[in-house]
Order: sequence, then C-alpha cells, then structure tokens
Amino acid sequence: MNQNVFVKMEEISKIFGTVKANDHINFEVNKGEIHALLGENGAGKSTLMNMLSGIYKPDSGSIYIHGHEVKINSPKDSIQKGIGMIHQHYKLVEVQTAKENVIMGQSGKFFMKDKELSEQIKKIANQFGLAVDPNKKIYDMSIGEKQAVEILKVLYQGADILIMDEPTAVLTPQETKKLFKIIKNMAKEGCAIIIITHKLHEVMEVSDRVTVLRKGTTVGTLNTKETSPKELTDLMVGKAVDLSIERPNVQRGPAVLKIKELNATDIDQVKVLNGLTFNLYAGEILGVAGVAGSGQKELCESIAGLYPIDSGEILYEEENLVGKSPRDIIKKGISMSFIPEDRLGMGLVASMDMVDNFLLKEHHNQKGFFIKRKPIMKKCEEMIERLEIKTPGIHHPVKQLSGGNIQKVLIGREIETNPHVLITAYAVRGLDIGASHTIYDLINEQKQKEVAILFIGEDLDVLLELCDRIMVLCDGEITGIVSSSDVTKEQLGLMMAGEKGPVEVDIV
Amino acid sequence: MRMTKRTDMTTKKAVFIRTSAIILALLVSAIFILLLGHNPLDVYVSMIDGAFGSAYRIKDTLTISIPLIVTSIGILIAFKMKFWNIGAEGQILMGAFVASFIALNFIELPKLLLLPLMFVGGFIGGGLWALIPAVLKVRFDTNETIITLMMNYIAIKWITFLQYGPWRDPKSMGFPKIANFTDNAILPKVFGIHAGWIIAIAIIIVVTIFMNRSKRGYEITVVGESVDTARYAGMNVKKIIITSLFVSGGICGIVGMMEASAVNQTLTSQLSAGYGYTAIITTWLSGLKSIVVLPVSILFAAMIKGGSFIQTAYQIPQSAAKVLQSMILFFVIGSEFFVQYKIVFTNQINKLVKEVKQ
Repeated sequence: MNQNVFVKMEEISKIFGTVKANDHINFEVNKGEIHALLGENGAGKSTLMNMLSGIYKPDSGSIYIHGHEVKINSPKDSIQKGIGMIHQHYKLVEVQTAKENVIMGQSGKFFMKDKELSEQIKKIANQFGLAVDPNKKIYDMSIGEKQAVEILKVLYQGADILIMDEPTAVLTPQETKKLFKIIKNMAKEGCAIIIITHKLHEVMEVSDRVTVLRKGTTVGTLNTKETSPKELTDLMVGKAVDLSIERPNVQRGPAVLKIKELNATDIDQVKVLNGLTFNLYAGEILGVAGVAGSGQKELCESIAGLYPIDSGEILYEEENLVGKSPRDIIKKGISMSFIPEDRLGMGLVASMDMVDNFLLKEHHNQKGFFIKRKPIMKKCEEMIERLEIKTPGIHHPVKQLSGGNIQKVLIGREIETNPHVLITAYAVRGLDIGASHTIYDLINEQKQKEVAILFIGEDLDVLLELCDRIMVLCDGEITGIVSSSDVTKEQLGLMMAGEKGPVEVDIV
Repeated sequence: MRMTKRTDMTTKKAVFIRTSAIILALLVSAIFILLLGHNPLDVYVSMIDGAFGSAYRIKDTLTISIPLIVTSIGILIAFKMKFWNIGAEGQILMGAFVASFIALNFIELPKLLLLPLMFVGGFIGGGLWALIPAVLKVRFDTNETIITLMMNYIAIKWITFLQYGPWRDPKSMGFPKIANFTDNAILPKVFGIHAGWIIAIAIIIVVTIFMNRSKRGYEITVVGESVDTARYAGMNVKKIIITSLFVSGGICGIVGMMEASAVNQTLTSQLSAGYGYTAIITTWLSGLKSIVVLPVSILFAAMIKGGSFIQTAYQIPQSAAKVLQSMILFFVIGSEFFVQYKIVFTNQINKLVKEVKQ
C-alpha cells in the first residue's frame, strides 16, 4: 500500500443502541495534507475520530495506519501508532509548567536531565513554529498558548497524525490565523492533519481536501480548491439552503434596560464583570462577542437575578434590579425572559414533559395550593403547532427531543409571556443549520415586536449578520460597542483580544 | 459483547426485570439455606406461613408494615429532592420522645385530646430533628448523609440516657425502664390492628396528592432534578429544602408516636427497631412512588415476621432472613442496570451492521 496514505478508514460502522453513528464510512488522509472533516452536529465526526484515538472500537470495517492494518484498543495504543488528538477542552494540569505537561505520561528515564529536556522541547517548538516557553505555568498562559502546549505535547509523543477537534472554537480571529500558520507548518514537515469543524470559511482557508459527513455516512471527499462554501453547505445539509440571515429594519425604541458600572466577582474573588455600562433598546438586537469565559454568562445571570453583584445598577424601565431574586423580578411583573446557555440543566427540567416545563414559569401565577395543568396543556398544543415542534406529544420528556426542538420549547415558553427584554445565551449552540435559522427567525420576530434583545453569540459571522449593534467583552470588560454594519471581523477580533475599540453607547 | 443504553424500555419489561431479580435473589438465598442444612422450599413456605398463616399472624405482619409504610413516605419526600435523609431512625425516636413527654405529663387529659396532642408532638419532634441537617445543608453545604446518620446515634443515646436517668420509672425496681403510658395515651384498635393503619393510609393519600398535584410538591421535584433550574424559575430553593425536610422528619416522627403509644406503650431506645433503615430500602425499591410503598412495605413486613417465625421453627438465626432481605435489595438494585442498559453480543452487532447496509 502507498506509504503516503497515513490514515485509511474503510467501511467503518459504529452503532449506539439503535442509532447508526457511523454507517460504512470511508476516509483517507495523506502525508502532508490538511484534511477537514465537515458535518453538522450528530453527523458522526467525533465518533469517527474517537475510533482513531482509541476511545471507541469500530463494529465493522478496517483501519490502516501508515499502510498497515491495525486494531486500536486504547488511547495509549493510538499514541503509540503516532496518532495525537487535541481535544476541544484542553487536558492540561494548570499548576504545572509547559514542560511538565509535555513529558507527562511519557516513559522516560527515571531521572531526566532538565536542561536536555528544555532543549528538546525548544527544538520541536522551533521546528513547527510554536511559541512555547517550557518553564511557564499553564495558569499563566493565554488560550492560544495552552493550545500550543497541547500541540507540542502530541508532537513530543512522536505523533505524525494530528486530529484537532474544533480547534478554533475558543480562539480570536488573530489567534486562529496563528494556529493555521502552525498547522500549515506541520503539514510541510510531513504530518497529516485532520481538523474537525463546522465552520465553512475555515475549511476554505486552511484545508487541502474536505470530507463531508451527513447522518453517519460519507457524502464525499472534495478538493477544497474546487468547491465553494455553498456547495459544502448543501452537501452537509442534504438540500439547498439559504445561508443568509435576515436583519429586518425596525425603528429603534427607547432604552429598556440600562446597565451602569456593573461589577461582579467569582468565588475566588476574581473580577468577572468590570464596570460594564451599556443600554439595550427596544426593537434592537445587541450582540455580545467575546472569547468563551469573558463574562457573558455572568452578565446574563446577573441581569436575571441569578448572580450576585458587587456594585452597579441594572435599570429596567428606571427600576433598579440589583439585589432582587429571580422571584422578585418575576413578581414585580418585569417581563424579562432569559434563555440560558445550559438548556437542560437550567432552562428546562430534562426528565419532565412539556407541560411540567411550562409550569416552571407559570406556577407562580396560579392561585391556591394546587397546580392546574389543564390550561397549560392547551397552550402546549398550540405551541407545538405554531413553532412546528417535533415531539410525540406534550407528555413526552423534553430530553428525548432533538436539540433544535428542545430549544424551541424553551424559547417558546419564554416568548409566551410577551417579554420586553429577551436575553439569549448561545441560542444556537449545538443546533444544525436548519434549526439555527428557525431560531434566528424567532428572534427576529421578537425584534419586530419591539422586544429588546441581548444575543450572546460565538460565531462572528452570525453576529455580524443578525445583530444591529455588537458589544465586545474581554476579561469581563467592554472593549467596544459598535454598529455591526461598519465593523469587520478582524476589528472585532482585536477587541476580543483586549484592544480597546470605539465604545459608542448610543449609536443607531 | 458490549453494553448499550436502552431506548425501548417499557413499564412491562421493567417490571419483568425487577421481578426476575427477586426470584434470582430467592434462588441464591436457597443455596445459603441449603448450606445451613435445611430444605429451602420448606423454609420459604414456612416463612409465608409465618407471615400470613393465621389471622393473628396477618395482624402481626400488618402491624409491622405500618411503621415501614409511614417512614418510607417520610423518607420519600426528602429523597425526591435528592436530599439523602438516612436519619429516619433518629427522627422516629425524637418524635416518640416528644409524644411520650406529652403522654407522661398530661395523664389527666381525655383520650380524644391527648392522642391528637401526642400526634402533633410526634410530628414536631421528628420535624425539628430533621430541620438541623437541613439548615446545616443550606447554610454551610454540609453532607446530609453523614449528618443525618450521626444524629441517629445522638437520638438513641439521648433516649437511653432518659431511660437510665431522669425518666426512669421509680416503680420499676431499679430496672432501666420508663413508666408505661396510661390507657388514654394508647392508640385504640380498629378491626384488631391499632389505629395507626388508618393514619398510614391517610398519609399515603395526602402525600400522593401533595407530590403530584400541589405547587410545593412540584417544586420539590424540580429541586431534586436541578437546583439551577429551580433558581432560574424563581423558586426559593433554601426554603423548599427546609420546609420539606421538616415535613419529611415530621412524618417519621409520627411513626415514633405510633410505636410508643400502640406497640411499646412506653418510650424505649429500641422502639425504632431498625424501621428507619429498612424504610430506606423500601422507599428505594418503590421507585420513589408513594403508592408502591404500600405493597413493598407489606412484603418487607412479611419477611421480618416470617424471618422471626423460621427462627423458632427451624432453629436457624433470624439473621438468615436478614440475608434474604439484603439479597433481594442487592439483586433489585443490580437489576436497575439491566433496566437502563442491555448487553449486545458480537454476532448481533454484525447483524445490525448488515441491516444498516441494506
């Protein structure tokens, strides 16, 4: 067999219960190639890669590494065969140095020469253009640096097949650029690189070839140069889709929510919100951009009364909400809705049916000792029809619905109360393209009803298309508030990395 | 061969799996009995005979099932909230303590007044005792399993102290015993069994309605599923935990009142007789469903009664019956695995893969 084919997966199938996660998939990566693995959530990308990294074993089919048929029984096996996986969530020990993390789990001599090691690590780092200081502690590192350590670790282990799972999810556009450079270097040095992603522009930018998966099957492998984002999306979804997101024109109303000098700290007394000041207007969508963990969650939760505030004001129609519990906020008749990031862990009760989940917000308003489910059942039936929720019935546990339908149930319940303010945190996370667009439509519908919407997002392209204004957070601070029609992704990226941009609170 | 999560579980299948677990437990225990030198079948038959063989035995079995039922219901409320209340034993004793205090100090009161007063006292005694771990939990996030368990020993020693010290009956001629209750402090018999059975049935009905239909019952379920969701929905989680634990402990306290009044007719440190622990098993086996508590508790009462019967009939220790109880628990809990997962063999996988291809 051709020695240049580093990875070859033939007719791979994997079944979970009755779900065919992988159905006779064929996949091939060559030496020196950057190969993107593209597909929607649940298309089987991770399952396929987990079979390379030794977490799962295929039910049928064969795997060839460097031309030899192999059985990968454990992650250790996988590493020995030269496969290195870089997970989305880094697996590093925070209190140790880069060097200690790199050599961890390595069979070496009992006593190691410290200097020799540093030299060795530096050599590999230089070879691939990784900027890593071997003696720096992980907790002192930026996200980009941590990723570099992860990459260095697998290279040190001798991997020449690298699998990267959504490597850019937590990076700013600038860090992404750097990463792509490193990846291209590695390819030049003769590694084979697999990138799992669902971001099309990244596929176009960095990959040589792309394999598209859909519902557990291979749709095809294409040369990146000969394809287009449009074609890839159509392949991914299985039908022609409209990629553009609407932004209906709505006359902006008065400021419904005014945040002034908001400060908050976490349990370790680290500042998570630092002097936030902004207004949210009726009939607008204010997007929030920022690297994960920049204070988005804390901001949402403090507005909803779930996070303790140190100082500052949250004025809802001139009434200060600071210090009020969610119950107080509901009691005051403040019609504010919050769609949290953790749908099944916070927004809904996973094991309960639709009716009982509707009761979460409704039961406060019912008088008396007993709960009345009848009127709610009717509401649920109506909602299933209006939002086209696919469910076997209103008494079906919500956790058994698909991600998109779970989100519809949650949003449906929240807009049922005709809120004046709608806060959504990562509203489309984990949803496929079709479901995402349904959610965008629902949000736009609310905007047209003159609801003030705070939209926490992660995909800058979506933020730019959907939102009227974008606020950028970095380390709990606002680094910019800009009109989305006159800002570029690169400018947003700089602000996400901490560079101060324009903060025009009242731009239209 | 590998394990996969089940998606096709029906109630019928689940019942079948759990029943098979009990049968399997009986089979394994049979080996144990065989090793003791007896015919397992005979032993089982006489256990049933001992529990249900005559009107008198049935009455005895039901009398044992009353405290099991009520304690299970009390524990169930806490368990629904994922508050692991292991302290029913102590709550029973403290309920009995307050009820006995009333019984021993207000002898002149008429029965119709004294019994309700003892009932309320029992509830408050058990409730307050459960309140301590609840408050510690919400204030300092302590581990309720350990605190409730430890508090059992405090309660036992407290009653022992009373028995040997301040409350010792001067007429007992030095024997460490608290005075017997007067007639007006003793629960009357209804159809030959003390009136506790009416209380037990009433509590089952009230709690079933409370858990399924009331706002607080709904809130308890939400807190048990996810504290974050409860907070998000504007529920006062701390208040819910504290009040529910008061009710949970209070119901256990009622058991103390009933046992002191109807069964022992006095207060003793042995009064809870391990019901507080056995009820953990029955609550769990009933799947946290208040109606199912009834048959499960009667089954366990029959095992306790049948166990003590075979002790005299076959001269084998009662612990043999305890082994059987534990065996059943072990197998039923183990069977939960098969309710949630199934084992698939390699050739079945291959078949599945082929089906997929077509």
